[in-house]
Amino acid sequence: MSSHGTTATLSGHDHGQHTAPEGVKLPIYMDNHATTPMDPRVLEEMLPYFVEKFGNAASRNHPFGWVAEEAVELSRERIAKLIGATAKEIIFTSGATESDNLAIKGVAEMYREKGNHIITAVTEHKAVLDTCKHLEKYGFRVTYLPVQKDGLVDLDDLKRAMDDKTILVTIMAANNEIGVIQPVAEIGKLCRERGVIFHTDAVQAIGKVPIDVNKMNIDVASITAHKIYGPKGAGALYVRRKNPRVQLVSQIDGGGHERGMRSGTLNVPGIVGLGKACAIAQEEMAQEACKLAGLRDRLKDSIMSRLDEVYINGSVEHRLPGNLNISFAYVEGESLLMGINDIAVSSGSACTSATLEPSYVLKALGTGDDLAHSSIRFGIGRFNTQAEVDYVADRVVDTVQRLRELSPLYEMAKEGVDLKSVKWAAEAH
Amino acid sequence: MAYSDKVIDHYNNPRNVGSMDKASSDVGTGLVGAPECGDVMKLQIKVNPETNVIEDAKFKTFGCGSAIASSSLATEWVKGKTIDEALSIKNTEIVKELALPPVKIHCSVLAEDAIRAAIGDWKKKQEATRPAEMQIQ
Repeated sequence: MSSHGTTATLSGHDHGQHTAPEGVKLPIYMDNHATTPMDPRVLEEMLPYFVEKFGNAASRNHPFGWVAEEAVELSRERIAKLIGATAKEIIFTSGATESDNLAIKGVAEMYREKGNHIITAVTEHKAVLDTCKHLEKYGFRVTYLPVQKDGLVDLDDLKRAMDDKTILVTIMAANNEIGVIQPVAEIGKLCRERGVIFHTDAVQAIGKVPIDVNKMNIDVASITAHKIYGPKGAGALYVRRKNPRVQLVSQIDGGGHERGMRSGTLNVPGIVGLGKACAIAQEEMAQEACKLAGLRDRLKDSIMSRLDEVYINGSVEHRLPGNLNISFAYVEGESLLMGINDIAVSSGSACTSATLEPSYVLKALGTGDDLAHSSIRFGIGRFNTQAEVDYVADRVVDTVQRLRELSPLYEMAKEGVDLKSVKWAAEAH
Repeated sequence: MAYSDKVIDHYNNPRNVGSMDKASSDVGTGLVGAPECGDVMKLQIKVNPETNVIEDAKFKTFGCGSAIASSSLATEWVKGKTIDEALSIKNTEIVKELALPPVKIHCSVLAEDAIRAAIGDWKKKQEATRPAEMQIQ
Protein backbone atom coordinates (compact mmCIF):
# COMPACT_ATOMS: atom_id res chain seq x y z
CA MET A 1 0.00 0.00 0.00
CA SER A 2 2.62 2.50 1.03
CA SER A 3 4.79 3.71 -1.80
CA HIS A 4 6.82 6.31 0.06
CA GLY A 5 8.13 4.34 2.96
CA THR A 6 5.50 5.63 5.34
CA THR A 7 3.99 3.32 7.91
CA ALA A 8 0.22 3.24 8.11
CA THR A 9 -1.19 3.72 11.55
CA LEU A 10 -4.69 4.42 12.73
CA SER A 11 -3.80 7.20 15.12
CA GLY A 12 -0.75 8.83 13.59
CA HIS A 13 -2.45 10.24 10.51
CA ASP A 14 -2.75 13.91 9.81
CA HIS A 15 -6.45 14.59 9.80
CA GLY A 16 -6.05 18.18 8.82
CA GLN A 17 -7.98 20.76 10.72
CA HIS A 18 -11.00 18.55 11.34
CA THR A 19 -11.92 17.97 14.91
CA ALA A 20 -14.24 15.22 15.95
CA PRO A 21 -17.51 16.17 17.56
CA GLU A 22 -18.29 15.00 21.08
CA GLY A 23 -18.41 11.24 21.32
CA VAL A 24 -16.84 10.58 17.90
CA LYS A 25 -13.41 9.01 17.64
CA LEU A 26 -11.42 9.48 14.44
CA PRO A 27 -10.82 7.79 12.11
CA ILE A 28 -14.33 6.40 11.66
CA TYR A 29 -14.65 2.90 10.23
CA MET A 30 -17.56 2.70 7.78
CA ASP A 31 -16.34 -0.03 5.42
CA ASN A 32 -18.11 -3.00 6.99
CA HIS A 33 -18.52 -4.86 3.68
CA ALA A 34 -14.75 -5.18 3.46
CA THR A 35 -14.49 -6.56 6.97
CA THR A 36 -16.03 -5.96 10.35
CA PRO A 37 -14.34 -5.28 13.65
CA MET A 38 -14.55 -8.28 15.92
CA ASP A 39 -17.26 -8.18 18.54
CA PRO A 40 -15.56 -8.30 21.99
CA ARG A 41 -18.01 -11.07 22.97
CA VAL A 42 -16.61 -13.16 20.12
CA LEU A 43 -13.03 -12.57 21.18
CA GLU A 44 -13.85 -13.46 24.76
CA GLU A 45 -15.25 -16.81 23.70
CA MET A 46 -12.25 -17.54 21.48
CA LEU A 47 -9.49 -16.69 23.95
CA PRO A 48 -9.39 -19.94 25.95
CA TYR A 49 -8.86 -21.91 22.72
CA PHE A 50 -5.39 -20.51 22.05
CA VAL A 51 -3.39 -21.39 25.15
CA GLU A 52 -5.48 -23.29 27.64
CA LYS A 53 -7.72 -25.38 25.35
CA PHE A 54 -5.31 -25.79 22.46
CA GLY A 55 -6.16 -29.38 21.52
CA ASN A 56 -6.57 -30.78 18.04
CA ALA A 57 -10.24 -31.48 17.43
CA ALA A 58 -9.21 -34.66 15.58
CA SER A 59 -7.44 -36.10 18.65
CA ARG A 60 -9.94 -38.78 19.68
CA ASN A 61 -8.15 -40.34 22.62
CA HIS A 62 -7.54 -37.62 25.19
CA PRO A 63 -9.44 -34.78 26.84
CA PHE A 64 -7.47 -32.03 25.03
CA GLY A 65 -8.95 -33.26 21.77
CA TRP A 66 -12.42 -33.84 23.25
CA VAL A 67 -12.60 -30.26 24.58
CA ALA A 68 -11.67 -28.88 21.17
CA GLU A 69 -14.09 -31.17 19.39
CA GLU A 70 -16.91 -30.19 21.72
CA ALA A 71 -16.31 -26.50 20.96
CA VAL A 72 -16.25 -27.19 17.23
CA GLU A 73 -19.51 -29.13 17.39
CA LEU A 74 -21.21 -26.33 19.35
CA SER A 75 -20.13 -23.90 16.59
CA ARG A 76 -21.46 -26.22 13.91
CA GLU A 77 -24.83 -26.22 15.64
CA ARG A 78 -24.88 -22.45 16.06
CA ILE A 79 -24.07 -21.83 12.38
CA ALA A 80 -26.61 -24.42 11.24
CA LYS A 81 -29.30 -22.90 13.43
CA LEU A 82 -28.81 -19.43 11.93
CA ILE A 83 -29.56 -20.74 8.42
CA GLY A 84 -32.08 -23.47 9.24
CA ALA A 85 -29.66 -26.32 8.52
CA THR A 86 -28.44 -29.27 10.57
CA ALA A 87 -25.00 -29.38 12.16
CA LYS A 88 -23.80 -32.22 9.93
CA GLU A 89 -24.33 -30.01 6.89
CA ILE A 90 -21.64 -27.50 7.94
CA ILE A 91 -18.08 -27.92 6.61
CA PHE A 92 -15.38 -25.64 8.00
CA THR A 93 -13.03 -23.78 5.64
CA SER A 94 -10.55 -20.92 5.78
CA GLY A 95 -13.06 -18.36 4.55
CA ALA A 96 -15.33 -17.27 1.73
CA THR A 97 -12.91 -17.63 -1.16
CA GLU A 98 -12.15 -21.22 -0.22
CA SER A 99 -15.84 -21.94 0.35
CA ASP A 100 -16.74 -20.59 -3.10
CA ASN A 101 -13.94 -22.59 -4.72
CA LEU A 102 -14.92 -25.80 -2.93
CA ALA A 103 -18.60 -25.32 -3.76
CA ILE A 104 -18.19 -24.59 -7.45
CA LYS A 105 -15.23 -26.80 -8.33
CA GLY A 106 -16.47 -29.52 -5.99
CA VAL A 107 -19.91 -29.67 -7.61
CA ALA A 108 -18.53 -29.29 -11.14
CA GLU A 109 -16.17 -32.22 -10.73
CA MET A 110 -18.71 -34.42 -8.95
CA TYR A 111 -21.48 -33.94 -11.51
CA ARG A 112 -19.31 -33.78 -14.64
CA GLU A 113 -21.00 -36.85 -16.09
CA LYS A 114 -24.41 -35.25 -15.75
CA GLY A 115 -23.53 -32.01 -17.51
CA ASN A 116 -20.97 -29.29 -17.99
CA HIS A 117 -23.03 -26.11 -17.82
CA ILE A 118 -22.84 -23.58 -14.98
CA ILE A 119 -24.87 -20.39 -14.60
CA THR A 120 -23.71 -17.39 -12.62
CA ALA A 121 -24.14 -13.59 -12.80
CA VAL A 122 -21.79 -10.81 -13.88
CA THR A 123 -21.96 -9.03 -10.53
CA GLU A 124 -20.66 -11.99 -8.51
CA HIS A 125 -17.58 -11.70 -6.34
CA LYS A 126 -14.27 -12.54 -8.04
CA ALA A 127 -14.02 -15.67 -5.91
CA VAL A 128 -16.98 -17.00 -7.92
CA LEU A 129 -16.22 -15.42 -11.30
CA ASP A 130 -12.58 -16.45 -11.39
CA THR A 131 -13.46 -19.96 -10.25
CA CYS A 132 -15.96 -20.23 -13.10
CA LYS A 133 -13.37 -18.90 -15.55
CA HIS A 134 -10.95 -21.52 -14.31
CA LEU A 135 -13.51 -24.26 -15.03
CA GLU A 136 -14.04 -22.93 -18.56
CA LYS A 137 -10.47 -23.97 -19.28
CA TYR A 138 -11.44 -27.55 -18.39
CA GLY A 139 -14.40 -27.91 -20.72
CA PHE A 140 -17.15 -26.35 -18.66
CA ARG A 141 -19.55 -23.91 -20.27
CA VAL A 142 -20.46 -20.91 -18.13
CA THR A 143 -23.34 -18.48 -18.65
CA TYR A 144 -22.77 -15.10 -17.00
CA LEU A 145 -26.24 -13.62 -16.57
CA PRO A 146 -26.55 -9.85 -16.94
CA VAL A 147 -28.35 -7.93 -14.21
CA GLN A 148 -31.08 -5.35 -14.49
CA LYS A 149 -30.57 -1.66 -13.78
CA ASP A 150 -31.35 -2.25 -10.10
CA GLY A 151 -28.75 -5.02 -9.86
CA LEU A 152 -31.23 -7.90 -9.71
CA VAL A 153 -31.00 -10.99 -11.89
CA ASP A 154 -33.97 -11.40 -14.23
CA LEU A 155 -35.59 -14.76 -13.41
CA ASP A 156 -36.70 -15.17 -17.03
CA ASP A 157 -33.08 -14.81 -18.12
CA LEU A 158 -32.18 -17.54 -15.66
CA LYS A 159 -34.95 -19.82 -16.93
CA ARG A 160 -33.87 -19.31 -20.52
CA ALA A 161 -30.23 -19.98 -19.67
CA MET A 162 -30.98 -23.37 -18.10
CA ASP A 163 -30.63 -26.41 -20.36
CA ASP A 164 -30.33 -30.16 -19.90
CA LYS A 165 -26.59 -29.84 -19.33
CA THR A 166 -26.94 -27.31 -16.48
CA ILE A 167 -25.60 -28.77 -13.24
CA LEU A 168 -25.07 -25.69 -11.10
CA VAL A 169 -26.46 -22.21 -10.57
CA THR A 170 -24.26 -19.99 -8.39
CA ILE A 171 -25.75 -16.61 -7.53
CA MET A 172 -24.87 -14.53 -4.51
CA ALA A 173 -27.41 -13.67 -1.84
CA ALA A 174 -26.25 -10.06 -1.36
CA ASN A 175 -23.71 -8.06 -3.31
CA ASN A 176 -20.57 -6.81 -1.60
CA GLU A 177 -20.47 -3.47 -3.45
CA ILE A 178 -24.08 -2.38 -3.84
CA GLY A 179 -25.70 -4.52 -1.14
CA VAL A 180 -28.42 -5.65 -3.53
CA ILE A 181 -30.23 -8.79 -2.36
CA GLN A 182 -31.03 -11.30 -5.11
CA PRO A 183 -34.36 -13.17 -5.21
CA VAL A 184 -32.71 -16.19 -3.62
CA ALA A 185 -35.94 -18.08 -2.83
CA GLU A 186 -37.22 -17.73 -6.40
CA ILE A 187 -33.86 -18.82 -7.82
CA GLY A 188 -33.82 -21.78 -5.42
CA LYS A 189 -37.31 -22.80 -6.50
CA LEU A 190 -36.39 -22.72 -10.18
CA CYS A 191 -33.29 -24.80 -9.55
CA ARG A 192 -35.15 -27.35 -7.44
CA GLU A 193 -37.85 -27.78 -10.11
CA ARG A 194 -35.17 -28.56 -12.68
CA GLY A 195 -32.93 -30.66 -10.47
CA VAL A 196 -30.07 -28.18 -10.69
CA ILE A 197 -27.82 -27.59 -7.67
CA PHE A 198 -28.05 -24.06 -6.26
CA HIS A 199 -25.03 -22.51 -4.57
CA THR A 200 -25.17 -19.05 -3.06
CA ASP A 201 -22.28 -16.94 -1.84
CA ALA A 202 -24.09 -15.72 1.25
CA VAL A 203 -21.20 -14.05 3.06
CA GLN A 204 -22.68 -10.55 2.95
CA ALA A 205 -26.24 -11.68 3.69
CA ILE A 206 -25.88 -14.15 6.54
CA GLY A 207 -26.42 -12.53 9.90
CA LYS A 208 -27.76 -9.40 8.20
CA VAL A 209 -30.98 -10.66 6.62
CA PRO A 210 -32.83 -13.95 7.22
CA ILE A 211 -31.47 -16.90 5.23
CA ASP A 212 -33.20 -20.27 5.47
CA VAL A 213 -31.68 -23.00 3.34
CA ASN A 214 -34.88 -25.07 3.31
CA LYS A 215 -37.40 -22.32 2.64
CA MET A 216 -35.09 -20.93 -0.04
CA ASN A 217 -34.09 -24.28 -1.55
CA ILE A 218 -30.40 -23.50 -1.17
CA ASP A 219 -28.15 -26.55 -1.67
CA VAL A 220 -24.73 -25.07 -0.96
CA ALA A 221 -23.93 -21.77 0.79
CA SER A 222 -20.66 -19.93 1.53
CA ILE A 223 -20.21 -18.32 4.93
CA THR A 224 -17.37 -16.32 6.48
CA ALA A 225 -16.76 -15.07 10.01
CA HIS A 226 -15.06 -11.72 9.44
CA LYS A 227 -18.10 -10.13 7.78
CA ILE A 228 -20.21 -10.84 10.85
CA TYR A 229 -17.93 -9.49 13.60
CA GLY A 230 -15.93 -12.71 13.83
CA PRO A 231 -12.26 -13.42 13.12
CA LYS A 232 -10.55 -13.52 9.71
CA GLY A 233 -9.50 -16.88 8.33
CA ALA A 234 -12.58 -18.80 9.48
CA GLY A 235 -15.35 -19.77 7.10
CA ALA A 236 -17.84 -22.51 6.39
CA LEU A 237 -19.73 -24.16 3.61
CA TYR A 238 -23.25 -25.42 4.02
CA VAL A 239 -23.70 -28.63 1.98
CA ARG A 240 -27.22 -30.13 1.82
CA ARG A 241 -27.40 -33.71 3.08
CA LYS A 242 -30.88 -34.70 2.00
CA ASN A 243 -33.64 -33.79 -0.47
CA PRO A 244 -31.36 -33.86 -2.42
CA ARG A 245 -28.06 -35.05 -1.02
CA VAL A 246 -25.28 -32.91 -2.52
CA GLN A 247 -21.81 -34.36 -2.92
CA LEU A 248 -18.59 -32.50 -3.53
CA VAL A 249 -15.17 -33.54 -4.78
CA SER A 250 -12.71 -32.29 -2.18
CA GLN A 251 -10.23 -29.64 -3.27
CA ILE A 252 -7.83 -30.11 -0.36
CA ASP A 253 -6.90 -33.71 0.39
CA GLY A 254 -5.24 -35.08 3.49
CA GLY A 255 -6.43 -36.48 6.77
CA GLY A 256 -10.06 -36.81 5.73
CA HIS A 257 -11.38 -34.13 8.06
CA GLU A 258 -14.86 -32.67 7.55
CA ARG A 259 -16.28 -35.90 6.17
CA GLY A 260 -13.52 -36.02 3.58
CA MET A 261 -14.67 -32.82 1.93
CA ARG A 262 -12.00 -30.58 3.43
CA SER A 263 -8.88 -31.97 5.02
CA GLY A 264 -6.71 -29.97 7.38
CA THR A 265 -6.54 -29.48 11.13
CA LEU A 266 -9.47 -27.38 12.23
CA ASN A 267 -8.86 -23.75 13.20
CA VAL A 268 -10.53 -24.24 16.57
CA PRO A 269 -10.36 -20.65 17.92
CA GLY A 270 -11.55 -19.29 14.57
CA ILE A 271 -14.38 -21.80 14.43
CA VAL A 272 -15.39 -20.92 18.00
CA GLY A 273 -15.43 -17.26 16.90
CA LEU A 274 -17.54 -18.01 13.83
CA GLY A 275 -20.02 -19.96 15.97
CA LYS A 276 -20.30 -17.20 18.55
CA ALA A 277 -20.70 -14.57 15.80
CA CYS A 278 -23.60 -16.60 14.38
CA ALA A 279 -25.18 -17.01 17.83
CA ILE A 280 -25.06 -13.25 18.40
CA ALA A 281 -26.50 -12.60 14.92
CA GLN A 282 -29.31 -15.06 15.63
CA GLU A 283 -30.25 -13.11 18.75
CA GLU A 284 -29.76 -9.58 17.50
CA MET A 285 -30.26 -9.60 13.74
CA ALA A 286 -33.82 -8.26 13.60
CA GLN A 287 -33.12 -5.37 15.96
CA GLU A 288 -29.75 -4.61 14.40
CA ALA A 289 -31.13 -4.58 10.85
CA CYS A 290 -33.68 -2.01 11.95
CA LYS A 291 -31.00 0.18 13.56
CA LEU A 292 -28.65 -0.08 10.56
CA ALA A 293 -31.37 0.73 8.05
CA GLY A 294 -32.28 3.76 10.15
CA LEU A 295 -28.68 5.00 10.20
CA ARG A 296 -28.27 4.26 6.50
CA ASP A 297 -31.39 6.23 5.61
CA ARG A 298 -30.28 9.08 7.85
CA LEU A 299 -26.94 9.21 5.99
CA LYS A 300 -28.66 9.02 2.60
CA ASP A 301 -31.21 11.73 3.42
CA SER A 302 -28.63 14.01 4.99
CA ILE A 303 -26.40 13.80 1.90
CA MET A 304 -29.13 13.88 -0.75
CA SER A 305 -31.02 16.79 0.78
CA ARG A 306 -27.91 18.97 0.52
CA LEU A 307 -26.35 17.89 -2.81
CA ASP A 308 -27.78 17.70 -6.31
CA GLU A 309 -26.88 15.05 -8.89
CA VAL A 310 -26.24 12.28 -6.41
CA TYR A 311 -27.31 8.83 -7.56
CA ILE A 312 -27.93 5.63 -5.59
CA ASN A 313 -26.43 2.58 -7.29
CA GLY A 314 -28.67 -0.50 -7.21
CA SER A 315 -32.09 -1.26 -5.80
CA VAL A 316 -33.08 0.73 -2.73
CA GLU A 317 -35.77 -1.78 -1.81
CA HIS A 318 -33.82 -5.05 -2.12
CA ARG A 319 -30.76 -4.02 -0.21
CA LEU A 320 -28.72 -4.86 2.88
CA PRO A 321 -29.70 -2.57 5.74
CA GLY A 322 -26.18 -1.13 6.28
CA ASN A 323 -25.30 -0.51 2.63
CA LEU A 324 -25.29 2.77 0.77
CA ASN A 325 -23.53 3.02 -2.60
CA ILE A 326 -23.80 6.41 -4.24
CA SER A 327 -22.24 8.30 -7.11
CA PHE A 328 -21.46 11.99 -6.79
CA ALA A 329 -21.53 13.30 -10.35
CA TYR A 330 -18.54 15.43 -11.47
CA VAL A 331 -16.37 14.32 -8.54
CA GLU A 332 -13.78 11.56 -8.85
CA GLY A 333 -14.04 8.92 -6.13
CA GLU A 334 -10.42 8.73 -5.06
CA SER A 335 -10.15 12.49 -4.66
CA LEU A 336 -13.28 12.35 -2.53
CA LEU A 337 -11.75 9.60 -0.36
CA MET A 338 -8.66 11.79 0.03
CA GLY A 339 -10.82 14.65 1.23
CA ILE A 340 -12.55 12.49 3.84
CA ASN A 341 -9.38 10.77 4.98
CA ASP A 342 -10.61 10.49 8.55
CA ILE A 343 -13.39 8.19 7.35
CA ALA A 344 -12.80 4.65 6.06
CA VAL A 345 -15.05 3.88 3.07
CA SER A 346 -14.48 2.43 -0.42
CA SER A 347 -14.79 3.73 -3.95
CA GLY A 348 -15.62 2.08 -7.28
CA SER A 349 -13.19 4.47 -8.92
CA ALA A 350 -10.52 2.93 -11.11
CA CYS A 351 -7.87 4.82 -9.21
CA THR A 352 -8.61 2.76 -6.13
CA SER A 353 -8.40 -0.60 -7.88
CA ALA A 354 -5.35 -2.56 -8.88
CA THR A 355 -6.57 -2.90 -12.46
CA LEU A 356 -7.27 0.80 -13.14
CA GLU A 357 -10.75 -0.24 -14.28
CA PRO A 358 -13.81 1.17 -12.58
CA SER A 359 -16.11 -1.21 -10.70
CA TYR A 360 -17.38 -4.03 -12.94
CA VAL A 361 -20.43 -4.30 -10.70
CA LEU A 362 -21.48 -0.72 -11.34
CA LYS A 363 -20.77 -1.11 -15.06
CA ALA A 364 -23.07 -4.14 -15.10
CA LEU A 365 -25.91 -1.96 -13.79
CA GLY A 366 -25.45 0.27 -16.81
CA THR A 367 -23.87 3.00 -14.69
CA GLY A 368 -21.63 5.00 -17.01
CA ASP A 369 -17.89 4.84 -16.40
CA ASP A 370 -17.97 8.51 -15.35
CA LEU A 371 -20.42 7.77 -12.54
CA ALA A 372 -18.64 4.54 -11.60
CA HIS A 373 -15.50 6.63 -11.04
CA SER A 374 -17.57 8.86 -8.76
CA SER A 375 -18.99 6.15 -6.51
CA ILE A 376 -18.54 5.66 -2.80
CA ARG A 377 -19.60 2.60 -0.81
CA PHE A 378 -20.62 3.21 2.78
CA GLY A 379 -20.91 0.08 4.90
CA ILE A 380 -22.56 0.84 8.21
CA GLY A 381 -22.06 -1.75 10.90
CA ARG A 382 -22.89 -2.82 14.42
CA PHE A 383 -20.58 -0.33 16.11
CA ASN A 384 -21.39 2.80 14.12
CA THR A 385 -23.33 5.54 15.90
CA GLN A 386 -25.70 8.29 14.87
CA ALA A 387 -23.08 10.90 15.78
CA GLU A 388 -20.65 9.21 13.39
CA VAL A 389 -23.22 9.11 10.61
CA ASP A 390 -23.92 12.83 11.05
CA TYR A 391 -20.21 13.65 11.00
CA VAL A 392 -19.68 11.51 7.87
CA ALA A 393 -22.57 13.19 6.08
CA ASP A 394 -21.22 16.67 6.88
CA ARG A 395 -17.70 15.81 5.75
CA VAL A 396 -18.93 14.20 2.54
CA VAL A 397 -21.15 17.16 1.66
CA ASP A 398 -18.35 19.69 2.36
CA THR A 399 -15.80 17.74 0.36
CA VAL A 400 -18.09 17.12 -2.62
CA GLN A 401 -18.93 20.83 -2.72
CA ARG A 402 -15.26 21.78 -2.58
CA LEU A 403 -14.30 19.29 -5.31
CA ARG A 404 -17.17 20.38 -7.53
CA GLU A 405 -15.83 23.94 -7.36
CA LEU A 406 -12.61 22.40 -8.65
CA SER A 407 -14.31 20.29 -11.31
CA PRO A 408 -14.34 21.43 -14.94
CA LEU A 409 -17.18 18.97 -15.55
CA TYR A 410 -19.39 20.58 -12.92
CA GLU A 411 -18.67 23.99 -14.42
CA MET A 412 -19.51 22.76 -17.92
CA ALA A 413 -22.71 21.10 -16.72
CA LYS A 414 -23.76 24.31 -14.97
CA GLU A 415 -23.10 26.20 -18.21
CA GLY A 416 -25.50 23.85 -19.92
CA VAL A 417 -22.91 21.82 -21.85
CA ASP A 418 -24.05 18.26 -22.56
CA LEU A 419 -21.01 16.31 -21.39
CA LYS A 420 -22.03 13.31 -23.48
CA SER A 421 -21.78 15.41 -26.66
CA VAL A 422 -18.26 16.67 -25.93
CA LYS A 423 -15.53 15.08 -28.03
CA TRP A 424 -12.99 14.23 -25.35
CA ALA A 425 -9.32 13.99 -26.14
CA ALA A 426 -8.29 10.36 -26.01
CA GLU A 427 -4.86 10.87 -24.43
CA ALA A 428 -5.95 9.77 -20.97
CA HIS A 429 -4.55 6.33 -20.08
CA MET B 1 -2.30 4.53 -1.28
CA ALA B 2 -0.07 6.87 0.66
CA TYR B 3 0.32 10.31 -0.85
CA SER B 4 3.44 12.45 -0.73
CA ASP B 5 3.26 15.60 1.39
CA LYS B 6 3.44 17.72 -1.75
CA VAL B 7 0.41 15.99 -3.31
CA ILE B 8 -1.52 16.45 -0.08
CA ASP B 9 -0.51 20.11 0.08
CA HIS B 10 -1.69 20.80 -3.50
CA TYR B 11 -4.90 18.82 -2.84
CA ASN B 12 -5.67 20.75 0.34
CA ASN B 13 -4.54 24.14 -1.01
CA PRO B 14 -4.80 24.00 -4.78
CA ARG B 15 -3.09 26.96 -6.48
CA ASN B 16 -4.77 29.02 -9.18
CA VAL B 17 -8.18 27.37 -9.20
CA GLY B 18 -10.65 29.08 -11.47
CA SER B 19 -11.59 29.99 -14.99
CA MET B 20 -10.78 32.73 -17.44
CA ASP B 21 -12.83 33.91 -20.41
CA LYS B 22 -12.07 31.30 -23.01
CA ALA B 23 -13.30 33.63 -25.78
CA SER B 24 -10.65 36.23 -24.96
CA SER B 25 -7.90 36.46 -27.61
CA ASP B 26 -5.05 36.41 -25.09
CA VAL B 27 -6.38 33.34 -23.25
CA GLY B 28 -5.49 29.80 -24.29
CA THR B 29 -7.61 26.90 -23.01
CA GLY B 30 -6.58 23.25 -22.84
CA LEU B 31 -9.17 20.62 -22.00
CA VAL B 32 -7.72 17.10 -21.85
CA GLY B 33 -8.75 13.68 -20.57
CA ALA B 34 -12.22 12.14 -20.52
CA PRO B 35 -14.82 11.63 -17.78
CA GLU B 36 -15.04 7.89 -18.47
CA CYS B 37 -11.29 7.60 -17.88
CA GLY B 38 -11.65 9.34 -14.54
CA ASP B 39 -9.52 12.41 -15.34
CA VAL B 40 -10.39 15.71 -17.01
CA MET B 41 -8.12 18.74 -16.74
CA LYS B 42 -8.88 22.25 -17.89
CA LEU B 43 -5.85 24.51 -17.91
CA GLN B 44 -5.98 28.12 -19.05
CA ILE B 45 -3.18 30.61 -19.66
CA LYS B 46 -3.25 34.35 -20.20
CA VAL B 47 -0.38 35.43 -22.42
CA ASN B 48 1.11 38.88 -22.98
CA PRO B 49 1.11 39.19 -26.80
CA GLU B 50 4.14 41.53 -26.76
CA THR B 51 6.46 39.36 -24.69
CA ASN B 52 4.88 35.90 -25.07
CA VAL B 53 5.06 35.60 -21.28
CA ILE B 54 2.33 33.67 -19.48
CA GLU B 55 1.03 36.22 -17.00
CA ASP B 56 -1.68 34.15 -15.40
CA ALA B 57 -2.82 30.52 -15.29
CA LYS B 58 -5.93 28.83 -13.91
CA PHE B 59 -7.08 25.25 -13.69
CA LYS B 60 -9.98 23.02 -12.81
CA THR B 61 -9.57 19.25 -12.56
CA PHE B 62 -11.85 16.25 -12.22
CA GLY B 63 -9.61 13.43 -11.08
CA CYS B 64 -7.74 11.83 -8.22
CA GLY B 65 -5.58 13.76 -5.77
CA SER B 66 -2.49 13.23 -7.94
CA ALA B 67 -4.30 14.66 -10.99
CA ILE B 68 -5.37 17.70 -8.99
CA ALA B 69 -1.84 18.17 -7.66
CA SER B 70 -0.25 17.74 -11.13
CA SER B 71 -2.44 20.40 -12.69
CA SER B 72 -2.11 22.74 -9.71
CA LEU B 73 1.67 22.44 -9.97
CA ALA B 74 1.52 22.97 -13.74
CA THR B 75 -0.22 26.34 -13.28
CA GLU B 76 2.45 27.39 -10.79
CA TRP B 77 5.24 26.42 -13.14
CA VAL B 78 3.91 28.01 -16.32
CA LYS B 79 3.25 31.39 -14.69
CA GLY B 80 5.99 33.89 -15.58
CA LYS B 81 7.43 31.60 -18.25
CA THR B 82 7.45 32.36 -21.96
CA ILE B 83 5.46 30.09 -24.25
CA ASP B 84 8.64 28.31 -25.36
CA GLU B 85 9.83 27.81 -21.79
CA ALA B 86 6.42 26.42 -20.80
CA LEU B 87 6.51 24.01 -23.71
CA SER B 88 9.74 22.54 -22.37
CA ILE B 89 8.10 21.39 -19.09
CA LYS B 90 8.25 17.61 -19.02
CA ASN B 91 5.88 15.27 -17.22
CA THR B 92 8.90 13.56 -15.62
CA GLU B 93 9.68 16.80 -13.77
CA ILE B 94 6.15 16.78 -12.34
CA VAL B 95 6.56 13.13 -11.33
CA LYS B 96 9.78 14.01 -9.54
CA GLU B 97 8.48 17.13 -7.82
CA LEU B 98 5.33 15.41 -6.50
CA ALA B 99 6.95 11.99 -5.90
CA LEU B 100 4.19 10.31 -7.91
CA PRO B 101 4.13 6.50 -7.82
CA PRO B 102 4.15 4.58 -11.15
CA VAL B 103 0.34 4.16 -11.23
CA LYS B 104 -0.04 7.93 -11.13
CA ILE B 105 2.37 8.83 -13.93
CA HIS B 106 -0.55 9.26 -16.33
CA CYS B 107 -1.68 12.23 -14.18
CA SER B 108 1.59 14.02 -14.97
CA VAL B 109 1.29 13.12 -18.66
CA LEU B 110 -2.16 14.64 -18.67
CA ALA B 111 -0.85 17.84 -17.03
CA GLU B 112 1.84 18.15 -19.72
CA ASP B 113 -0.84 17.57 -22.37
CA ALA B 114 -2.96 20.29 -20.77
CA ILE B 115 -0.10 22.81 -20.97
CA ARG B 116 0.48 21.96 -24.63
CA ALA B 117 -3.22 22.09 -25.42
CA ALA B 118 -3.60 25.53 -23.78
CA ILE B 119 -0.58 26.89 -25.66
CA GLY B 120 -1.83 25.34 -28.90
CA ASP B 121 -5.20 27.02 -28.43
CA TRP B 122 -3.55 30.38 -27.75
CA LYS B 123 -1.30 30.05 -30.82
CA LYS B 124 -4.26 29.24 -33.01
CA LYS B 125 -6.01 32.39 -31.82
CA GLN B 126 -2.92 34.50 -32.55
CA GLU B 127 -2.66 33.14 -36.07
CA ALA B 128 -6.32 33.83 -36.68
CA THR B 129 -6.15 37.42 -35.44
CA ARG B 130 -2.77 38.46 -36.83
CA PRO B 131 -2.46 40.10 -40.23
CA ALA B 132 -1.56 37.60 -42.93
CA GLU B 133 1.92 39.01 -43.63
CA MET B 134 3.00 38.46 -40.03
CA GLN B 135 2.44 34.75 -40.38
CA ILE B 136 5.04 34.53 -43.12
CA GLN B 137 8.45 34.30 -41.62
